Amino acid sequence: MQNALKGHGADFVEIRLEESDSSRIQYRAREIEEIGRTSGRGGSVRAAVKGGWGFVSFNDTDDLESRVKLAVEQAKAVGSEKTELADTEPSVADVPPVLVNDPGNISLSDKKDRMDHYNDLIWSTPGIQSSTVIYGDNKRRVHYVNSEGAAVDQEFVHVICYVSAVARDGGDVQQAGFSIGSLGDYELVTGLDDEIKAVGKRAVDLLKAPGIEGGERTVILDPVLAGVFAHEAFGHLSEADHVYESDQLKEIMVLGREFGKPELNIVDGGAIPGLRGSMSYDDEGTPTKRSDLIRDGVLVGRLHSRETAAKMGEAPSGNARAISYNHPPIVRMTNTIIEPGEASLEDLLEGVDDGIYVRNWYGGMTSMEMFTFSSGEAYQIRNGRIEEMVRPVMLSGNVFKTLNDIDGIGNDLGMNQGGGCGKAGQSPLPVSNGSPHIRIQNCLVSGA
Amino acid sequence: MVDLIQQAKDAGFDQAEVYRVSSESQPIGFETNRLKEASRRDTSGAALRVIKDGHLGLSATTDPAAESGLVGRVGELAPFGAEAAFQMPQQGEYPSIDIYDPAIESLEFDTMVQTGQTLIDAVRKDWPELNCSASVSRGVHKMSLVNSAGLETGYKQTSYSVGFGGELVRGEDMLFVWEGHGASRYFIDTDWMVESVKQQLELSQETAEAPSGQIPVIFTPRGVSATLLGPLMSGFNGKSVMTGSSPMVERLGDRVIDERISIYDDPTIAGAIGSRPCDDEGVVSRRMPLIQNGVASNFLYDLQTAGRMNKTTTGAADRGLTSLPGPSTSVVDIAPGDTAYGDMFAGIKEGIVVERLLGAGQGNQMGGDFKANVLLGYKIENGKIVGRIKDTMISGNVYDALSKLEAVSDKAEWVYGSLRTPAIRCLGVEVAAAG
Repeated sequence: MQNALKGHGADFVEIRLEESDSSRIQYRAREIEEIGRTSGRGGSVRAAVKGGWGFVSFNDTDDLESRVKLAVEQAKAVGSEKTELADTEPSVADVPPVLVNDPGNISLSDKKDRMDHYNDLIWSTPGIQSSTVIYGDNKRRVHYVNSEGAAVDQEFVHVICYVSAVARDGGDVQQAGFSIGSLGDYELVTGLDDEIKAVGKRAVDLLKAPGIEGGERTVILDPVLAGVFAHEAFGHLSEADHVYESDQLKEIMVLGREFGKPELNIVDGGAIPGLRGSMSYDDEGTPTKRSDLIRDGVLVGRLHSRETAAKMGEAPSGNARAISYNHPPIVRMTNTIIEPGEASLEDLLEGVDDGIYVRNWYGGMTSMEMFTFSSGEAYQIRNGRIEEMVRPVMLSGNVFKTLNDIDGIGNDLGMNQGGGCGKAGQSPLPVSNGSPHIRIQNCLVSGA
Repeated sequence: MVDLIQQAKDAGFDQAEVYRVSSESQPIGFETNRLKEASRRDTSGAALRVIKDGHLGLSATTDPAAESGLVGRVGELAPFGAEAAFQMPQQGEYPSIDIYDPAIESLEFDTMVQTGQTLIDAVRKDWPELNCSASVSRGVHKMSLVNSAGLETGYKQTSYSVGFGGELVRGEDMLFVWEGHGASRYFIDTDWMVESVKQQLELSQETAEAPSGQIPVIFTPRGVSATLLGPLMSGFNGKSVMTGSSPMVERLGDRVIDERISIYDDPTIAGAIGSRPCDDEGVVSRRMPLIQNGVASNFLYDLQTAGRMNKTTTGAADRGLTSLPGPSTSVVDIAPGDTAYGDMFAGIKEGIVVERLLGAGQGNQMGGDFKANVLLGYKIENGKIVGRIKDTMISGNVYDALSKLEAVSDKAEWVYGSLRTPAIRCLGVEVAAAG
């Protein structure tokens, strides 16, 4: 790899090589549907010339010199300005994987037995029509070098488990689901009996649950859905690649601007340990850290690659990430967290005469200004009490309004480790997000 | 290249199949109104699927050096795999489908740059404050398939796509506009994309207060793609039918939506993205009616799902390199109706137009439900668009909405190259707006 970097004639060149090994077990309804193992090998070269980027990816990793040459040629064909990358000390490191309980030490038949058991638990609820159980683990070793002398080897082991249950009554089909993931810890996908039984029961109960009318409501979010909210409502807008070349957005997203009440604090960082988005170096070899994004309700930081940091005159944050060798690194979140406040759940419920308690998640999406996120479960709140289940709702907000409508932040903290993030065709990237319970006033809720 | 079929036979597998893909794509990207990135992405890999003692095994790799290990690995996996409900198919009589264009393979880098820059410059002439991005991409995709029943087939397909748009930021108000097209044949005419983006900008000049409640909604072809297609097609997937989780179970032959709607899955349409002579199991492609005049007529099957249901595959198998095939739509073709688009607005006192959504596909899509924020949509007042709506959500059920159909436009348009659909006006959609 080092040899291929010699005499390239570009402002900057980096090479990434990867090997991966993944296993997957999938049940559909009562039957096993798929059990498979995949190995991968591939690499990419990225080059910068006069501010333009060339990128080449490949599976055949033999002739790196010619790949470098092609990437540089492409960058030359693009660039006409000036390459700007924030200065970083070139990192040299070999980082071992975080392995709490290595899934590689568990036999395939043990993993299958575990998922078999989970599928049985879903079907223990009468009235189930179908189910899905998916287990996956992935080991990925990444070798990174760049023309400034960085040489970083990192290995990641990820484990995921996803279950869903479907119930049907004639043409009325309802579903419920649960997902969890971990960094290097097989144990996290064991011992989920209670959660999984609840998924089956919820799917069947949803057939009888009433819908609700759409409109603006008071909502209380559980930590998992509030984590998704943090990711969608604010996390994406704090990614500097949306902002760094737009004068209007730089004005709107100026540091020091107030976005929420003084109790609101949001952080992101790959350096926060033990979570799905944790890592020591990002995919440009920059050491990760913990970045304050909102402190006391005020915008104080954002997420950067080396290019966005240089162009905005801010420090790189270690947030340039690539989902695999097939893609160039772009600015991404890692672990995004709303920090706990003072209120108990009872405090949050107090005085809510008519509201909705939303838990768990289906997904979320943002267009920067407006965003949506979907609950996996919803319950009517009446006179300060959580009452009957209703059909799950989608919630929507506007970043310039909704963060300021958060009027209660719980004293607990839960992490959502079951999701992946998608951006610019790169999905699902392992991230986590978390939060305490939060209460939002006047939140736009879809009909259900 | 390793002869995996022979190795699989030698290893004593009952049946075996090798699926190979290789693709080269060259996307270029424009950001902030100028060229920013040029890429070349080459990917290749092989997947070995076997049936051993009646069970299915699959293993895949992108590492040529690891191919010889696939046979051993798949042998370890197969005993745990699903029971196979099919035989590997024999060679079919494959139709010749126009999906390869040498003009794409020889397309010059400078021509691609010029295409993107011309679009950006053309819109910015009238809208200088629009911050534009664009992508122009060309690709060549090769698929080959051999199996132990003697089947040996494959094809080469080109693709070309152009997409561009921009963001308009005024104070705290952000507007995103976009247009794009993809095809397996090269196309030169992109002027219509400029017109489309300009029209989106013009219609969004004013912001209108969105009404709430059940009101008439016009889904443009893009709106049909964003809102209705996913929840509707999931019900016609043979796998959902097999597990009983489709609302269409036991409804074949029944009128399930308005009789003015007919929908086909058609991988034989020349030039479309998604067209191909055979599916990913080597089964011959054909035009398959899913809904004819509102009546549910067929579900989509691959070999395994069809075998489990005692049906015949419809040639709808689709797969990634690393997973088993499953049924999927290829190119969806929705028949046009008889109302001119302009006339669809007639008689609407208060309604909305839906172009693009934010967050569609979350929630109970399997049951036919849709819910989303309207990323780009307009308010209709007395038969005319009066401005853009914001902070507005729609929700409903696709079977219900398409049963309350009011009009279908007389022209079907391509949406990104794999869906052809008219605009659709219906009731049964709940609109909820902030404020």
